[in-house]
Amino acid sequence: MEDLGEKFLQVVIAMAIFAAVIGIIMLLVDRAPKSFRDKATIIGFLAPAAILLIVGMVWPALQTTFLAFTDRDGNLTGLDNFIWMFTEPTALVTLRNTVLWVILVPTISTVIGLVYAVFIDKAHGERVLKALVFMPMAISMVGAGIIWNFMYAYRGVEQEQIGLVNQILVWFGGEPRQFLLEAPGNTFFLIAVMVWIQVGFAMVILSAAIKGIPADIVEASRLDGATAWQQFRSITIPSIRGALVVVITTITIITLKVFDIVRTMTAGNYDTSVIANEMYTQAFRANEPGRGAALALILFLMVLPVVIYNARVLKKQKEIR
Amino acid sequence: MAIIRGKKAVLPVAALSVLALTLSACGSGSEGEGGGDQPAADCANYEDYGTFDGEEVSVYSTIVDVEAESLENSWADFAECTGIEVVYEGSKEFETQIGVRSQAGNPPDIAIFPQPGLLAAEVASGNVLPAPDAVEALVDENWSEDWKGYGTVDGEFYAAPMLANVKGYVWYDPATFEEKGWEIPTTLDEMMTLTEDIAAEGTMKPWCAGFESGEATGWPGTDWVEDYVLRQAGPEVYDQWVNHEIPFNDPQIVEAFDSVGEILKNDEFVNGGFGDVRSILTTPFADAGQPVLDGECAMHHQASFQAANWPEGTEVAEDGDVWAFMTPGVEAGSSAITGGGEFVAAYSDEPAVVAFQTFMASGEFANNRVEQGGAISANKALDPSLAQSALDRQSIELLQSEDTVFRFDGSDLMPGAVGANSFWSGIVEWINGTPTNEVVDTIESSWPQ
Repeated sequence: MEDLGEKFLQVVIAMAIFAAVIGIIMLLVDRAPKSFRDKATIIGFLAPAAILLIVGMVWPALQTTFLAFTDRDGNLTGLDNFIWMFTEPTALVTLRNTVLWVILVPTISTVIGLVYAVFIDKAHGERVLKALVFMPMAISMVGAGIIWNFMYAYRGVEQEQIGLVNQILVWFGGEPRQFLLEAPGNTFFLIAVMVWIQVGFAMVILSAAIKGIPADIVEASRLDGATAWQQFRSITIPSIRGALVVVITTITIITLKVFDIVRTMTAGNYDTSVIANEMYTQAFRANEPGRGAALALILFLMVLPVVIYNARVLKKQKEIR
Repeated sequence: MAIIRGKKAVLPVAALSVLALTLSACGSGSEGEGGGDQPAADCANYEDYGTFDGEEVSVYSTIVDVEAESLENSWADFAECTGIEVVYEGSKEFETQIGVRSQAGNPPDIAIFPQPGLLAAEVASGNVLPAPDAVEALVDENWSEDWKGYGTVDGEFYAAPMLANVKGYVWYDPATFEEKGWEIPTTLDEMMTLTEDIAAEGTMKPWCAGFESGEATGWPGTDWVEDYVLRQAGPEVYDQWVNHEIPFNDPQIVEAFDSVGEILKNDEFVNGGFGDVRSILTTPFADAGQPVLDGECAMHHQASFQAANWPEGTEVAEDGDVWAFMTPGVEAGSSAITGGGEFVAAYSDEPAVVAFQTFMASGEFANNRVEQGGAISANKALDPSLAQSALDRQSIELLQSEDTVFRFDGSDLMPGAVGANSFWSGIVEWINGTPTNEVVDTIESSWPQ
């Protein structure tokens, strides 16, 4: 209880500070000379956000970039960390895995989500069917990792299985397998977890987009005698193109940053590491902040084009509207 | 205009929040105080420390919760009799924060270091003071050379050992051993023979093991290897290995790996209750001993803290549900053990701090602390009969014995890049089927130059 009281006090204090800062800014802006007031207003209200961005994002980003060119003791070493990243076998496996994740998760999630959205559209009990698929989205990635660890759990042939997947294998007369230990298959079993989470997201967005297709277009195509497939290809897909791009890019960004699932399920062992996990391991466990920073930089460079593309598409859509 | 109307309220709000901020800064942080409602202590034991009128000594360590309470109780009498006010602060962030605090010129008077490596790093930063003569005299008297060595940096003695823990226990079910006529092995060869006998007998696998521990997966395997290096190659080689005076892929280290591998990498011998060799990697270390109780496995190698991992109601005793013997040496009667402990170093040489530091190295402190259970110490002035469990008593006797060679857990002494990363992942690869040579080469190449 004491803890709770302390927390509550902290909340109140934080809110008071916030009010105080805003109050002081308003006061200053208000007191500014008339000739200068417009500029003062703009600066006054943008400055807090800009300062926080610079202190919290731009400065650390610059620092990380600098770190990427130093070694453990802070000496400048040029491209050493990047040479390590592209030559060391374990680091290469990390890069390969990240590429696999980025290709597979968005495509599979979007395809399954789209197909599901189309098939349950206007179906009986649509809401329940949607809720079922959307539910994994509500689970944290660490939680999902733990759940699937149990799904894949292994016990020897002579023991009773405790993992669902192995139990099913045994029911069909197979031998239990160590799903998470055997490279390269294990990466795909991890990817399955991410897909399980992201399908719900894809499905909900795409389903909403499908519902937004004007009824007259759909009706016209029917009158023209289009088959279900033709309708899907020539009406549905072009009409929801914007939503598709948003879904794919969003999932791509999430996937590039994937960390929790890998760390919870294999901790990057057995050739399953991805960039974000390796970045953490190198920087905070192996005491190689330079290598960690180099990996972070590469991750940033990989996410950047996706973000730019996403922003552009959104902007274009706004212009059309 | 809302802004103008609100103006009047703004200033008081701002002033109030500044005030609140100041107040909260003063009030934050939980400070512990020794138990006040205990009966008046017998101060005769504490007369030599002198009296101090309410002087404060701040103590900072990794120890929290119940353990912290026991710790504070251990010096409650001392504080009452000497008049020193001990302000204790325990934090799980100790490892990172101690450096920050001493760099910032805000160190505690006393810091309790969980690892010699961290102590050495702090000594290198130049803020830790060498131990006072009184402390050194006590340590010379009450601790073995091995222990004193871990509190010594570059020939200068800084920190007295405090508590200890012991690794390398092999847990077994005494009733099963008696029923089957299995004998406690007194040499490593006998342990191997016993392993083969149990496997041949066929009712259970001889060993069960579990190395899964989240991102730290693999660490129980490092304990296995360390135990074998210390026993087979001896303490000198162990020290050279830990300090990288011999490479990690030295033939003697490879031999230790291979000896462990004879047990852990043989499907005949592991993994009772869980499956094949590789199931070691997916079994959480805290669950791995369970098959010993279930009669599915005969032996489980784990540190003394395994006593707390057994289900509630399990009797840990020589004639109870489960008991442990120390991993034997190459020859019968040789006693070399690995383990861990804490070290008490000072950042101040105020007389009150020196008095407290001296007390912490004394037998009284060790007795007070051990009496409360859940802890042991290698202090020779400690009375083993005060131990709260049979296992603690056995561990204390092992630690106090003149013949015992003690070595600190090697992976805690190696640089983080090895001891907390490549050694762990190396063990994982190794159990997963990678040959020893490849594994030790990889670990060697990860050693910071």
